[in-house]
Amino acid sequence: MSFAWAKQYEPQSGFTKWIDEKLPLPRLVYNAIGAGYPVPRNLNYMWNFGVLAGFCLVLQIVTGVILAMHYASNTEVAFGQVEHIMRNVNWGWMMRYAHANGASFFFIVIYLHIFRGLYYSSYKAPREMIWLLGVVIFLLMMATAFMGYVLPWGQMSFWGAKVITGLFGAIPFVGEPLQVWLVGGYAPNDSTLNRFFSLHFLLPFVIAGVVILHIWALHIPGSSNPTGVEVKKESDTVPFHPYYTAKDGFGLGVFLIAFTFMVFFLPNFLGHPDNYIEANPLSTPAHIVPEWYFLPFYAILRAFTGDLTIPFTGIVLIQAKLLGVIAMFGSILVWFFLPWLDKSPVRSGHYRPMFKKFFWFGLIPTMIVLTICGGAPAEEPYVLLSQIFTAYYFLHFLVILPIVSQIEVPKPLPFSITEAVLGSDKEPAAQPA
Amino acid sequence: MADTSGAGTVDNAADAGEDGVRRRDWIHIAALSTAGVGGASVLFPLVSQMAPTADVLAASTTDVDVSKVQAGQSIKATFRDQPLFIKRLTPEEIAAANEVDAGSLRDPETLADRTQEGYEDVLVTMGVCTHLGCVPLGAAEGENKGEFGGYYCPCHGSHYDTAGRIRKGPAPTNLAVPEYAFNGDVIRVG
Amino acid sequence: MTIRLAGIIAGLGITAVLVLWSLVPGVIALVTGPPAEKPAYYAFKEKPVEPEGGFSFAGPVGKWDYAQLQRGYSVYKQVCSACHGLKYVAFRNLEELGYSEEQVRAEAATWNVPGIDPDTGEATMRPALPTDYFPNPYPNNVAAAAANNNAIPPDLSLMTKARKDGSNYVYSLMNGYVDPDPEKLAAAQEKGFETPMGLYFNPWFENVNLAMPPQLYEGSITYDDGTEASVPQMSADIAAFLTWTAEPTLIKRKQTGWFVIAFLLFATGLAYMSYKQIWAGQKPKKK
Repeated sequence: MSFAWAKQYEPQSGFTKWIDEKLPLPRLVYNAIGAGYPVPRNLNYMWNFGVLAGFCLVLQIVTGVILAMHYASNTEVAFGQVEHIMRNVNWGWMMRYAHANGASFFFIVIYLHIFRGLYYSSYKAPREMIWLLGVVIFLLMMATAFMGYVLPWGQMSFWGAKVITGLFGAIPFVGEPLQVWLVGGYAPNDSTLNRFFSLHFLLPFVIAGVVILHIWALHIPGSSNPTGVEVKKESDTVPFHPYYTAKDGFGLGVFLIAFTFMVFFLPNFLGHPDNYIEANPLSTPAHIVPEWYFLPFYAILRAFTGDLTIPFTGIVLIQAKLLGVIAMFGSILVWFFLPWLDKSPVRSGHYRPMFKKFFWFGLIPTMIVLTICGGAPAEEPYVLLSQIFTAYYFLHFLVILPIVSQIEVPKPLPFSITEAVLGSDKEPAAQPA
Repeated sequence: MADTSGAGTVDNAADAGEDGVRRRDWIHIAALSTAGVGGASVLFPLVSQMAPTADVLAASTTDVDVSKVQAGQSIKATFRDQPLFIKRLTPEEIAAANEVDAGSLRDPETLADRTQEGYEDVLVTMGVCTHLGCVPLGAAEGENKGEFGGYYCPCHGSHYDTAGRIRKGPAPTNLAVPEYAFNGDVIRVG
Repeated sequence: MTIRLAGIIAGLGITAVLVLWSLVPGVIALVTGPPAEKPAYYAFKEKPVEPEGGFSFAGPVGKWDYAQLQRGYSVYKQVCSACHGLKYVAFRNLEELGYSEEQVRAEAATWNVPGIDPDTGEATMRPALPTDYFPNPYPNNVAAAAANNNAIPPDLSLMTKARKDGSNYVYSLMNGYVDPDPEKLAAAQEKGFETPMGLYFNPWFENVNLAMPPQLYEGSITYDDGTEASVPQMSADIAAFLTWTAEPTLIKRKQTGWFVIAFLLFATGLAYMSYKQIWAGQKPKKK
């Protein structure tokens, strides 16, 4: 499971020896995130975000459990309970702002983590399982965040719940009964709020479970690294502790500065004013937008404006609404196929000149434009832009990546991580890889 | 900041050396202690959020109008989410309470200790048995007043006398008298 | 290979559907159709402006101006409270504005809140206690709508958080009952713009036609502290007061924030030195 030169856990006292025999938990931790886990010595700061994501999960669970002590999932009182937390509960305002902004920062961290994986092709063999579990975590996070946003029972909560459950209504034949079943009624009501609260409380622990699998799968091949060259010998690695615990500690400090700045000085910047208006089933806000982290996918949903018809006959094959829903779910499902779509033998984007261009000048601008379009009203030029960039999004993963990985001539790789780190700074000598 | 003098420090901080704490170890100790202080101070809000909220604390005084309570009658009010008994004693009840030698009681108090000057006939106590917190009987008409004519807790059989003092049963102390003040006919408790 | 082939076909298929059935018709409509136009009222809309001198609580080192909050409370009490509730604020909270406990008790007693007759159990009104919350002027939404030409006056507790740039918005709106610019009005009227009977023109309101008539007039209230009750003054005061009602912990939040961030900068600095120290034995990384 690990490298031959990995340090072995040696219990020092009689007590730790006794523990190690009965329940080798300290050994597990030692091998997972301690000195017993050899890690490539050349990781850059982009490799900090895994630990930060774990921190965010703990932060959300701790603040969330506390908020649940003061909240009530009843449509009559939910909005007022949140205000009760903000006004009456000791430090309640801080807990709630930390939880709300914590969700946003969790997504910032996870997006950086995902796009690091995309750039360095961390999804490639032998790490496919880590990537697949990661996509599962991301999907669970989206479900959790969506249901959490409903709980304050403001206008955006209510209408977000209505619109997103409405997506399921697009599914042919079973859509409408499915939607009514999901909501437990014809529009979001007390049943909806209660089941969302229950699931919002449950899912983070499911996420934690999948995270454990994700880390387990990581420890089979070990961490990837910016060169994409696999670890060959001891000098390629350093023990996780103290090297990366120290680096992650510093990274955590930087993260906390940014996070607390938002919590204490701009706590509502990433939220929407309409959610400070209590839910009113009789009046829709002028402009419904999801939370910012859903915007690219929301833009993809809205990009499909025309029904798929047989030309000149008027026969509708698939309605625009369903096309949008398929595309939105498809946009994340394609990630599941990435390890097999991109067959380049080289992992790191550093050594892939064509891939690198498509990444920086194709994918990244696409995500930014789609985020902007998702937050903009459904009018020109945003509709047009979201259509163009939605097309690029799918082309990038499904067409460009397979073709580029076929025709691209990668730059020569360093022979080893050690050489990449300790060798000449200019040009690593070309060695047979 | 970082010690870049190099060669001598190839080995990491894991080896503390036998010459005690060196400069480069000092920085790790400082960093870890600071992190510890930070973590500990986060505990403060995490713990204090479970203390009573501002609205609960604000509702911690109760005004009760006692003008309509006749001798021999009791009323129940709520003080800090718990029952409060206010009883206007009859001369017989006062006499019965004063007959007892306070020193012989489990929790020695005289009736005068438990009432306010000028209002010796108004007994204000918590309606909470000092044993395990049940609400004693005897405040409402027709209820069992126990062997000593005051209050009786049916949970574990504590008997209180007309001054609310424990006379028999497992309760350790007399029914608690909260802080209160008369303002005409209105009592402000708390 | 099959996955890649399937991927390429799927990718091209999705793109074809998107381009041929959504993008192309969209472009055709854009080129041939009439240009999309915003509703006529957009010509009048204004962004919130801040009062002269700004708000004392604004910015990272802001502080409450307690005199202003107390004046704002007078405006609420004498003007707004006729139609608008403040249901998340309790009278006891007024102590945070610098009133003593006794003053708050006396002030609360000047308000009537729904209660129960202790003898008959019938619904009645009683003087408020500090623990009571500000009453809603209407028993329910139907009554509120009936009394106000079908427009329900919203609760004001959270108003400055429920609008973009809320403090400046409330100030601008209250101070913003002006006559429309005649030129713009003529142009907009051609496109069908009008201010219907019973509505009032205000370029800061969402669709510039507001159901609330102008409420503040020169000297319409008298301030206890002798400040001249001009319309901008009262508008700024009520906006400040409503900022406090929306987030009483605003200043405490910012002050805590400074402390937390200072601590984190210190701790992160130490963490950085520790990190560099630990890595000092390793050669600098490539690039």
